[in-house]
Amino acid sequence: MKVWRKIRESLSSNPMPLVFGILCLFGVVVSGKSWSFLLQEVITRLARNWILVLSLLVPISAGLGLNFSMVLGAMAAQTGIIVMTHLKVPGMLGFLGALTVSFPIAVALGLVAGNIMNRAKGREMIAGMMLGFFMNGVYQLVFLFMVGTVIPMKNPDLMLPQGFGLRNTVELKYMKYALDNLLTVSLSGLVIPVATFVLVGLVCLGLNRLYRTKLGQDFRAVGQDMHVASVAGIDVNKTRLLAVVIATVLASLGQLVFLQNIGTLNTYNSHEQVATFAIASLLLGGATVTRATVGQALAGTFLFHLLFIVSPYAGQRLMGSPQVGEYFRVFVAYGIIAAALVVHAWETHRSVLSAAKRGLPEREADRAG
Amino acid sequence: MRRLVEGVGVPRLLVGLFLLILFALAGLERLPVKMLISSALVRIGMNGVLVLAMLPSIRAGLGLNFGLPLGVIAGIVGMLVSLELRLSGLAGFFFALLVGVLLSLPVGYAYGLLLNRVKGEEMMVGTYTGFSAVAGMCMFWLLAPFKNPEMIWVVGGKGLRVTIPIGHRFGGVLDNLGKFSIGGVEVPTGLLLFFAFLCVLVHLFSFTRTGIAMKAAGMNPAFARASGVNVEKMRILGATLSTVLGAVGIAVYAQSLGFVQLYLAPLMMAFPAVAAVLLGGASTSRATVFNAVAGVTLFQTLLTISLPVTQSVIGGDISEVAKLIISNGMILYALTRKEA
Repeated sequence: MKVWRKIRESLSSNPMPLVFGILCLFGVVVSGKSWSFLLQEVITRLARNWILVLSLLVPISAGLGLNFSMVLGAMAAQTGIIVMTHLKVPGMLGFLGALTVSFPIAVALGLVAGNIMNRAKGREMIAGMMLGFFMNGVYQLVFLFMVGTVIPMKNPDLMLPQGFGLRNTVELKYMKYALDNLLTVSLSGLVIPVATFVLVGLVCLGLNRLYRTKLGQDFRAVGQDMHVASVAGIDVNKTRLLAVVIATVLASLGQLVFLQNIGTLNTYNSHEQVATFAIASLLLGGATVTRATVGQALAGTFLFHLLFIVSPYAGQRLMGSPQVGEYFRVFVAYGIIAAALVVHAWETHRSVLSAAKRGLPEREADRAG
Repeated sequence: MRRLVEGVGVPRLLVGLFLLILFALAGLERLPVKMLISSALVRIGMNGVLVLAMLPSIRAGLGLNFGLPLGVIAGIVGMLVSLELRLSGLAGFFFALLVGVLLSLPVGYAYGLLLNRVKGEEMMVGTYTGFSAVAGMCMFWLLAPFKNPEMIWVVGGKGLRVTIPIGHRFGGVLDNLGKFSIGGVEVPTGLLLFFAFLCVLVHLFSFTRTGIAMKAAGMNPAFARASGVNVEKMRILGATLSTVLGAVGIAVYAQSLGFVQLYLAPLMMAFPAVAAVLLGGASTSRATVFNAVAGVTLFQTLLTISLPVTQSVIGGDISEVAKLIISNGMILYALTRKEA
């Protein structure tokens, strides 16, 4: 009963999950697909996407907003995967190896991102997004031109025939399902990758544990008010930096899990949409730019991917063209982010106005603006 | 020396230097430099108006207009209407402009109303409003009731094509207007004159009463309000003008390219335009026509010449990657500067 009341309260404060829940249900009915097919698809997608979505939580609690720079973590993961595929390390060993290679890269990229966001206080999101685009260019420079020329590497399986640069798609034949196949359970026709879900559970537990530590409290304090936090003796810049580093490392873990399930690496595209889809998932669960919980991340991913699966079929049935459904889901992803940003800006703008009316000091207004 | 660096600015100095090196390499590699300059001129003209579209938005205090795709979409619809009516030549082009501008007015007005509610987050909201508009219009392109077989898929007979060739309609009408060649360099006179005409208009506008009021509203809203300027209205005007210029800009762009590109093509269109105006020396709160012209000249010349030079020197096309790094790096640099 208590759970129901909680759910009802959270729904009345943010109707997003309810609205999209109904939309999903409509899509499921219209698509004409069987429940077992949809459930299997959703389970697969939840397993590979949950950690990516969870990686967004720490920056939100530290007041950095939606972490558009999570693309950097994905790039770190892909670097690790490329190295391991080049070395032909099979299975779990390859997965762990990729993790080991990507970890320091993710930390370094996280430090870069954190420093940039500290320099762009109040506009962290757009700076993070531009950093993602910028690093995408650097990533392409490295893997399209420097590999085989500056960085010595010879591997016709991975590289373009011209002798430098990686192929557009790399088969991950050594690492595919490395984690998923560690332990799978078949339940009345459904295949459930238990090992992956255990890892997701560990990440959730870790996040909850983190919020109870001193560091977690610092994140919240900084997220609520940087000035108050710094007066209370918290090193604001360092705390924010740490939040971004944790997020980037988690994002790289998430991308590793994602790619071992997909089984092919689109060298130059796999990371591009990561942030958009993860952020849209989180927002569908009822999270906002300043508040997000583990539960919202988990539920939002479910809704988003259910919608993702059914919309082409629904488009086919309703409009006679699956493409309409495909564009519809892209529209939902972008639209939901736009709506969340508008609501967020609207609220801060309004609080600034009412603060000005009440005659609060200028600083308050500055911070919110 | 130091004053020179400060006066010209580090980014412009770096890009200028890079450009000189590329030209030297082009000469050494015996590439057709004159042809490269000709195509650079075309690209400056074709991208110029889109860069110019940044000015009203920056001046009215809305920051860089990442919502440029809104205007672009209005311009595209204008061109489609003109194509549907099978108009061609200058008449077709100007009819497309007219429809595009008429459509972009309400769009820009609504965009301005939205931006007034989200002060402080204009750039982020603009980016994602633009993205969602592009994605939403993808569904429209599929279902839109256009009938001209030049525009719709041959198979199925429904839904607009991804790229629509307009060469025989109004492709190149500005480029070829009064085109002449001087010392082997072809000059697209009509295109450059059209761009110059819009530059002059924007420049003159900044001296009018409204132009000055708009600038004041952008620079110091509190002061402007105190001196009787309706800041909200000026911001709406800035957004509208920027959107209108975006609609004009895409028509100019498409007539040079010879194609109208639909679906996800307008998605990233704002970024090179934003980067160009920043490269020209603008900041998120200050921009002049000179910034726009200098920026688009540097940026597009660089992109034009880097393709063949890198191809002949290292045997690969590095220009797309260079575009990504330079344009996004430039925007990142501007966003992290203390001044803004």
